[in-house]
Amino acid sequence: MDAWDDFKRMNKRQMLYQALSFGMIVSSALMIWKGLMVVTGSESPIVVVLSGSMEPAFQRGDLLFLTNNQEDPIRAGDIVVFKVEGREIPIVHRVLKLHEKSNGTVKFLTKGDNNNVDDRGLYAPGQLWLQKNHVVGRARGFLPYVGLVTIYMNDYPHFKYAVLVALALYVLIHRE
Amino acid sequence: MHSVFGRGNAMAAYTLSVLAGLTFCCFLSTVFLDYRTPATINTRQVVVKSIPDYSASREKNDLGYQSVLLLFSLIFVAILNCCTHLTHLFNWNVKQLFLYVTAEYQTPSNEFNQVVLWDKIILRGENAVIDLKNIHAKYYFWDDGNGLKGHKNVTLTLSWNIIPNAGLLPNVGAIGSHSFSFPPEYTTSRV
Repeated sequence: MDAWDDFKRMNKRQMLYQALSFGMIVSSALMIWKGLMVVTGSESPIVVVLSGSMEPAFQRGDLLFLTNNQEDPIRAGDIVVFKVEGREIPIVHRVLKLHEKSNGTVKFLTKGDNNNVDDRGLYAPGQLWLQKNHVVGRARGFLPYVGLVTIYMNDYPHFKYAVLVALALYVLIHRE
Repeated sequence: MHSVFGRGNAMAAYTLSVLAGLTFCCFLSTVFLDYRTPATINTRQVVVKSIPDYSASREKNDLGYQSVLLLFSLIFVAILNCCTHLTHLFNWNVKQLFLYVTAEYQTPSNEFNQVVLWDKIILRGENAVIDLKNIHAKYYFWDDGNGLKGHKNVTLTLSWNIIPNAGLLPNVGAIGSHSFSFPPEYTTSRV
């Protein structure tokens, strides 16, 4: 292959340069992610929809952009992404009812648009309400299909490693 | 340079950037639109009753929170009328409207309460003229405590959440709301 010949003709200095530019790509991706976390206030500003419980609004593989400003109150009808104890994967559902005390503590109940019942069966045993500390963010923006790639990667781990290795090799070997 | 791989790569990159550009234009074309519109809501029959909310206490039984468990809530069954025309809200970047009727009120124990009583999904192409007479609330109106009996000011509003093809997900309140009060006594009839 041409690329491999290119790689063999490189000297030490050029190889170092390749490694550096690879490091730049990785670190700028990390910077963008962490920067988004600061701007949106959410620990995970972009999530992929993994279930059909909000169909027909959100399908599996759609991308949601979240914000989690503390000044911005949660209200009924908001689509929240929340984590429940004992479940690793966050859930994206809509707020059905909400009670807020004068000291600011708020408890609320959610339901998926496509589900017939509310989410009490999904919460941890004995848990009746969600609170602010369960919330990862509130859905503000929507982009269809883009998350399908990550779903495939999760379903087929071999595919994920193949893609990662191919990308890394491409960046390392490809000559600028 | 002109290998199959190189050409494929260029094609894929170009297709992706064109698609991304078009999607962004689609988003930009609708982001500043005002989606508010008038709606009328009113209630025909308002009934209040005190019964235990088993759905809220079932889980606690097993864990022995028996004293907390005896939470008698109030439920209310209303018959609603709801009328609005939403056809003009649909544009090329609206995939679905999620309509919901929210009851908003204040009680001594909670400063702010919101309960969704009814909702409906309208997809693009479906009938978006809402003219409903005598519909029952889809969800029970449980209060968190006993704050509903004789409550003077519960406000009903219709809102919609716009689901775009790509873009923001705004929640828009209808112009116009309806306030009502609860009777001062519990009903003894079945609801």
